[in-house]
Amino acid sequence: MDFTLSSLLRRKGKNLALVLVYTLIVFVLASVLFFTHAVRKEASLVLQDAPELIVQKSTAGRQEPIPLRYLEPIQRIRGVQSTRGRLWGYYYDPVVGANYTLMVPEKLSPKPGNIAIGQGISRTRLVFMGDALEFRAYDGALLQLQIQQIFPAASELVSSDLILIREEDFRSLFGGTADYATDLSVRVRNPKELPTIALKIAETLPDTRIILREEILRTYESIFNWRGGMMIFLLAGAILAFIIFAWDKASGLSLEERREIGILKAVGWETSDVLLLKFWEGTIISFSSFLMGIIWAYVHVFFTSAALLAPALKGWAVLYPEFKLTPFIDFSQVATLFFLTVVPYTVATIIPSWRAATIDPDSVMRT
Amino acid sequence: MIELKAIRKIFNQGQPNEFAALQEVTLEIEPEKVTVFKGPSGSGKTTLLSLIACMARPTSGRIFLSGREITSLPERFLTEIRRKTFGFIFQQLNLIKGITVLENIMLPAYPNGEKFSAVKNRAMRLLEVLELTPKANSKIEWLSGGEAQRTAVARALINNPAVIIADEPTAHLDTKLSMELVGTLAKFKEDQKTVLIASHDPLVYESKIVDGVIHLRDGKIERPST
Repeated sequence: MDFTLSSLLRRKGKNLALVLVYTLIVFVLASVLFFTHAVRKEASLVLQDAPELIVQKSTAGRQEPIPLRYLEPIQRIRGVQSTRGRLWGYYYDPVVGANYTLMVPEKLSPKPGNIAIGQGISRTRLVFMGDALEFRAYDGALLQLQIQQIFPAASELVSSDLILIREEDFRSLFGGTADYATDLSVRVRNPKELPTIALKIAETLPDTRIILREEILRTYESIFNWRGGMMIFLLAGAILAFIIFAWDKASGLSLEERREIGILKAVGWETSDVLLLKFWEGTIISFSSFLMGIIWAYVHVFFTSAALLAPALKGWAVLYPEFKLTPFIDFSQVATLFFLTVVPYTVATIIPSWRAATIDPDSVMRT
Repeated sequence: MIELKAIRKIFNQGQPNEFAALQEVTLEIEPEKVTVFKGPSGSGKTTLLSLIACMARPTSGRIFLSGREITSLPERFLTEIRRKTFGFIFQQLNLIKGITVLENIMLPAYPNGEKFSAVKNRAMRLLEVLELTPKANSKIEWLSGGEAQRTAVARALINNPAVIIADEPTAHLDTKLSMELVGTLAKFKEDQKTVLIASHDPLVYESKIVDGVIHLRDGKIERPST
C-alpha cells in the first residue's frame, strides 16, 4: 500500500487529471440522481395531503367550470367523506412574463381585497408585504389586491408561483357565477374503495372526468423521470468521453510503465504482485473520485439546492423556486453508480497491466 | 553450485528471423567465486545470465541450482527462486524514477510479506554500508552516477541473495567508479557470495578478485579457464 501511494504520486499530473474528470462525472451523475429522487419524494410528500379524488367537468374533452349542484349526488355515494368545490386558475402577468397559480383556499382565506403570495412572485415582481399587486380582470377592469402575507421559504417548492385569493376577488378577476367551481375535490374514508367510488361518480355524472391522486403522483414521477432521463441522455456523451479518457489513461500503458513492470518482475515480483499493485492504484483513484463526486453532489443538491442543475431540471419558466431539499438518497442508485464507474475503471487498469506483467522479465536485461 | 547442461536458446523460433543466442552450452559454476563471462556484443552473455537467473527458460537443456533442476519449474517457483537466490545489478541500473532511494532498495522485498519495519531497517543498514544514508529520501533522478550505481547494488542485496548477477556493470562508469564497483564485488566475495558478471571491460575481467573467465562467442563457450 505504501508503495502504491508513492507510485501514484509519481504521476501526479496524470492521476490528478484522472481524479478530476472522474470526480466531475460522478458528481454530475450523482447530482441528477439525488435531485430527481429528492424532488420526486418531496412531491409525493406534498401530495399526501391532496384529496384522493378530483372531479372535473369536461365538454368535448376540454375542462370547463363544474356546477356545484354536482356535489350533492357525489356526497350521497357510500364511502365519500367530504366534498368541496375548488376555485383555481392561472393568471399570465405580462410585466414579467410569468404564469401565477391562483387558488381560493379551503380555510383561512385572506381578507377582502388581500392576497397571500409565494416567494417567487415576491422576488420577480419586487413586491413585499403591504404592497399592492395589479391584475387585469376578465372584463378589462384593473383590480388592485394588497399583499397580506408572503409564504415562508420552506414551502417554496409548491408555493413559489402561488397566490391565495378570496372567493369574491377570484370571481371578480376571472368572472363566473357563484354556483360554479373549477373542479370538485372528494375525500373518501377508505382508500381501498377509491376505484369503486370513482366508477360510481363516472356512472352518475357521465360528463365528468375523475382524477385520482395516484395518477397525479404518477405524472410527477414520469415528469421527473423524464427530466432525469433527459439529463442522463445528455450525460451519456460525457460518460462516453470519460470512458475513452479513462481507457486511454488507464489502459494505454506508457513505455515507462511497461519498463517498470519489467523491472518489478526481474527483481522477483510475481504477476499477481504486479496486478495487486495496479488494482490498488486503480481502486484508490476510482474510489476516492467516486467518494468525492458523491460528497460534492450531496452538498450541491442538498446544501446549495442544486444550483447548477436546477434551471435544467426543475422546469419552472420564470419563477424559479428557491428551496432546500430534504436529503433523500436511494442507496440502490448509489450502488448502481458505483458499479458503473468504479468497477469498469478498475478492470480497465488491470487488464493491460496483466498483459504487460505476463511478459518475460528478461526484457529489462536488454534495454 | 550452478550447472548448465546442453543449453540452447533460440529466439523467434520457426520464423524467418530465427536466431540462436546460445548453442549447446554446458558448464559448471563454482559457488562463492567470482566468474566473468567475457565476449563481444551478441555473444550470448546476457542471455546466459538471464537463463541462470530464472528470468527466461532455455529452448532445450537443463539448469541445476544446488543440485535442483529448475528449468521445468512453474513460473511461480521460478519467481521465488529469482527473488530469494539472485540479486541483480543491471547494465542500465533499472532503478524506478519518481520514488526514493530507500523505496527502490526495498522493492524486491515487498513480495516476501515481511514486516515493513524489518525490511526498512535492513535497507537502512545497506544504505549505511554503501555510504548512502543521507540520500535515503532522495529521488533517483537526483543521484550522481556513483550513487545510482550503489543504490542498484543495495537493491541487489536487500533479500540477502546467495548469487549476485551483474550485467556489464561498468558499461556506463568512468574508471574511478568502475574501480569502486570492483571493490564492492570483492566485498561480495568476502561475504561468500557467488558473483556472476557479464563484461568485456578489462578492468573487471583482469581484476584480481576474478576466479574464472568464460569466453563466449556466437553463443558458444570458446575456452573455459579457471
